[in-house]
Amino acid sequence: MDVLLQQLFNGLTVGSVYSLVALGLTLVYGILHIPNFAHGALYMVGGYITLMSMALMGVPYFIGIAISIVVVGTLAMLMERLVFNPLRHAPPIHDKIAAIGILLFLETLVQLVWGADYRAMPTPFADTISFLGITVTWQRIMIIVAAVVVMILLQLFLKKTMVGAAIVAMSQNREGAFLVGINANKVAMLTFFVSGALAAIAASIASPINLVYPGMGHLVILKAFVIIIIGGMGSVPGAIIGGYILGLTESLGATFISAAYSDLIAFVLLVVILTMKPQGLFAQKGAH
Amino acid sequence: MQGLKKMRMPLIFLLVALLFPLFTDNQYYIYVVTLAFIYAIAVYGMNLVGGYTGQLSLAHAGFFAIGAYALGLLTVDANVPYWLAFFLALVITTVIGTLVGLIALRTKEHFFAIYTLCVGYIIYLIIYEWDALTGGVRGLIGIESPAAIGPITFDTGISNYYLILVFLVLTVIFMKFLTESIVGRTYVAIRNSEELAQTIGINTMKQKLISFVISTFLAGLAGALYASFVRFIGPDISYTMMTFDFLMYAIVGGFGTLFGPVVGTLLIVILTQSLQFMEDFRMIIFGPLLVLLVIFYPRGIVGGYQMWKMKRAYKKKQRSVDQGSTYEGGD
Repeated sequence: MDVLLQQLFNGLTVGSVYSLVALGLTLVYGILHIPNFAHGALYMVGGYITLMSMALMGVPYFIGIAISIVVVGTLAMLMERLVFNPLRHAPPIHDKIAAIGILLFLETLVQLVWGADYRAMPTPFADTISFLGITVTWQRIMIIVAAVVVMILLQLFLKKTMVGAAIVAMSQNREGAFLVGINANKVAMLTFFVSGALAAIAASIASPINLVYPGMGHLVILKAFVIIIIGGMGSVPGAIIGGYILGLTESLGATFISAAYSDLIAFVLLVVILTMKPQGLFAQKGAH
Repeated sequence: MQGLKKMRMPLIFLLVALLFPLFTDNQYYIYVVTLAFIYAIAVYGMNLVGGYTGQLSLAHAGFFAIGAYALGLLTVDANVPYWLAFFLALVITTVIGTLVGLIALRTKEHFFAIYTLCVGYIIYLIIYEWDALTGGVRGLIGIESPAAIGPITFDTGISNYYLILVFLVLTVIFMKFLTESIVGRTYVAIRNSEELAQTIGINTMKQKLISFVISTFLAGLAGALYASFVRFIGPDISYTMMTFDFLMYAIVGGFGTLFGPVVGTLLIVILTQSLQFMEDFRMIIFGPLLVLLVIFYPRGIVGGYQMWKMKRAYKKKQRSVDQGSTYEGGD
């Protein structure tokens, strides 16, 4: 029973991180229909910026996260301006290749600047706490709380503000959004900023329990793709629910089936789903 | 003669390739160029399904690794004679390719790219984790060189060089006939618009599947050659980065062009090998290069060259028309 509870809790932690990454991915997909393969690199850069601003400038954890949000958000915005905007009329295969180019560049750049070592991120929440017969670190509780807070803020932003509504409008109907005077460039840049910020937050809260290294984004991004396919490309609630489903399945699978193959679960899930429903589970009309 | 003239550049290339080992004693150069030839065969596969048919398959390194591991396991663990193992490796890769293709091609565009990316990762994970079969992270060592065919043996670097060159030339010839045939045009039609291709009566699923299967076959062929040439394989060869490398070779050379894969692969492999310090950091340059190429020069070096030649021919024609001459050109 304790094992089950412990694993459920771990699943929630991992799921929170997955959801945040998948949210950024799904927002960008909703607006521009780009599967942003470079999103994992943004996640990785986010981890490094937080770690390095703590290590080099000596700022506290939360200030480090704030710096990371600004830096990665700006980086994502630059990506949109310099790469995806010029490619908006190109065949879809070009966006994907360009995204891969950015991914390779960012990863090598980080490796060049900070080396390929695995680094641990210090956290003010390293203490443990016991309840209900399980023992967890405060960091894990913080991850869940932070993720939920960010998701609520994101929902409020999308539903209650004009800017957020513009993002939603554009993902629902591009031409309609233009007709009511929405500036496509601004919305695209903003969406990329939010997407980058989400990746930075996810990396910053997950790094203390994982490690920071140049390849840390690989698996996360692949799983985020699995999640948004499960949850429907471009769907915000789908990304959140999908993230938690995957996190829970993985941590239960690692305990009760096989730890070595736990990373496989996501991909097998994806292969099974796409085999049965090639359009994804919740195929939206209009999304390709 | 006209045909020969059109093939002038490739034939010069071939001649240089044939004479290359006679002019250098440096085994390392021969090794690097041979490796580039092997990769080029794999890149041809990627070029066919991605560049011609327009389906970005990101599981390519996985099939490369399946070919390599099939050959390695059959010769090392099962003691199957080399050429039989070689043949079986190709069959195994193609069969797995067909199965994956049947399912993967039901998905379209982004879904296909993501699906194949995940398939590639599954292959990597299986190779990495299935210690008992594949040797896991330690890899497979002591794979034998290609067995002799009659009096010809393949135990030196130079003989391997020629063997692999033969396979590469066969691949290029095959691709030339394929892409210039009606089948090749069908692929291009699918790339340009799948719906349109369907309305003119093309069975797009079948054609996509065939091009996907050929691409996995070429990946398996390259993988098998790689295994017996390098004689050591590890799970790294199935990793996503390897697929991205292949993709880069194809894009730089010219995606969807006949000679793009050879040009791109040779250029980048030789460049990165000659600048050893770049090995780890080559993507600092090639990552942005990939982006720039896709934005400004999506058809790569070969495509750019063809464009330039066509423009020149057009201008020449214009000029001769302006002069009112009936001279048909052809200098």
